[in-house]
Amino acid sequence: MANAVVELKGCTRHYGGVRAVEAMDLVIFEGEFLSLLGPSGCGKTTTLNLIAGFVEPTAGRILIDGEDVTGLPAHLRGLGVVFQSYALFPHLSVFENVAFALRERRIPAEEIARRVGEALALVQLDRQGRQRPAELSGGMQQRVALARALVYRPRVLLLDEPLAALDKKLREEMRDELRAIQRSVGITTVFVTHDQAEALGLSDRIAVMSRGRIEQLGAPREIYERPASRFVADFIGASTVLRGRAVADDRVALSPDLTIRVRVGGILRVGEQVELAIRPERVRLAAAGEGTAEARIEGLVYQGAMTEVSARLADGQRVRVFVNEPAPMPLAPGQIIHLRLPADAFMVLE
Amino acid sequence: MLKASVVALMAFMTLPTVVVMVVSFNPTAILSFPPSGFSWRWYVNALTYPQFQRAAVNSLWVTLGAVALALPIGTAAALALERGRLRLPTLWATLLLSPLVVPGVAAGLGFLILAASLGMIRSRAVLIAAHVALVLPFVVRSVWVSARNLDATLERAAASLGATPWRTFRRVTLPLLRPGLFAALLFAVVVSVNEFVVSLFISNRLTEILPVAMYSYVVNYTDPTIAAMSTLFITATFLVIWLADRYVGLGRVFLHHR
Repeated sequence: MANAVVELKGCTRHYGGVRAVEAMDLVIFEGEFLSLLGPSGCGKTTTLNLIAGFVEPTAGRILIDGEDVTGLPAHLRGLGVVFQSYALFPHLSVFENVAFALRERRIPAEEIARRVGEALALVQLDRQGRQRPAELSGGMQQRVALARALVYRPRVLLLDEPLAALDKKLREEMRDELRAIQRSVGITTVFVTHDQAEALGLSDRIAVMSRGRIEQLGAPREIYERPASRFVADFIGASTVLRGRAVADDRVALSPDLTIRVRVGGILRVGEQVELAIRPERVRLAAAGEGTAEARIEGLVYQGAMTEVSARLADGQRVRVFVNEPAPMPLAPGQIIHLRLPADAFMVLE
Repeated sequence: MLKASVVALMAFMTLPTVVVMVVSFNPTAILSFPPSGFSWRWYVNALTYPQFQRAAVNSLWVTLGAVALALPIGTAAALALERGRLRLPTLWATLLLSPLVVPGVAAGLGFLILAASLGMIRSRAVLIAAHVALVLPFVVRSVWVSARNLDATLERAAASLGATPWRTFRRVTLPLLRPGLFAALLFAVVVSVNEFVVSLFISNRLTEILPVAMYSYVVNYTDPTIAAMSTLFITATFLVIWLADRYVGLGRVFLHHR
């Protein structure tokens, strides 16, 4: 890939006794869109604040373009930040909000007018310059915040859950717009979110975080299809985890009378306890027969395009299944169904 | 019934003021009610009385000095309290707000003893310092309310946009504290201009401020000059509040509507 823009080297941040970020190593490359994804309290916002310079690391170093900026205060780092609450200045017009950074850089008035105009045009708000932030809708405020952060062409754009305050429809619109703008500007972007759909849809790479550490770092497809740990498998998408014992390099016994075939590429060692994960959309309803497992339906959640089925295998382990609607047969709680678990759909968890 | 008692209460509250105002236009030289005619003579007397003129100038300087010192000190204190940058925050809050509950006589005596031990007895500096202490609780309170409504992310945003801490304070923090600062200014002026007890202890005829001069006058003379002076005082205070309400909107200042 291209050259490194942001580097975290062994960055640790403690708040009192709480370890928000623990010995983090992370490299963010030129022009890439990297998401920090995880549940609240996993350290993703602290990581962003470390890069922005709002908090100093307890240990470790931060480099931007190869230069050590660990002790450099936020106002000297020249990074663009969009906050979850937008943090627009309520006493300034939209124009002045966007012009803020340019005025701090003592840029001549005509150039400010031109560049603010361009930035507002980029987010389609060229007509709202004279209004106050409070007069705009949430989506418009979000775009002002983006224009304000982009107008001085920062080295890196940091986005702290920028879509979280919007309602669902608007959020999806803004997500597409955000990606389009990021692509057209070509700016290196770090995006903090707890929403896996946003992260999967927007990112070049995702860092899944838990308890101050990166659990897995990789492309969206890689994270989704080959989760490195049980945490990642649970957090990204839905999954069912099955426990069993390897009885051959391609067979796992869940119980003495239920053995399934798996194809995971030679990681299985005979006799070992293993945890297997499978996505609910990979499990299929089938007719009774060779290579299927019997299960009893425990719960049904109809969701329009599909129905979420919760079923229990003969050995007591639970399996989730997404059945596309219209379903091939009527389903009811208590009913016995047969499931096909494709051998290549299994993931082995550490 | 309720309406009647409200009217009675209002009358009880405003009657002394009305009596003073009416008496100030009474041509006779004794403080009597009801009046026997109409005259401006006590106003002429009040405005030309040299001691009142001197006291008015003193009042102006003391209030100006006290407000000029108390506003920045109080603002800094309110921000420090709000941001939790202080150790023992409750102790600081109690200290800063305590002049509200200390009786004026005790505070006055305290300042007098302090001034004497510093060899600065009846100096204007001590008078101004005392006024700073007395108006500070009002300044801290007013600014604190504004500071509490201030989103700290706004300051982070300013920093990320390249503003130094000082520029952030000037361009973001201070403008957003304006309602609180305005309320603080108003409170400080009204409290300082009307302060009497403490000032009585630590001033002499050369340094005394208007309320003290008025008190001295009442002790020595009993003509309606003092009523005229009081009416001027009331009118001035009323005008200040009215103008403030008209041009800034006190409701906005005190209720903190954006």
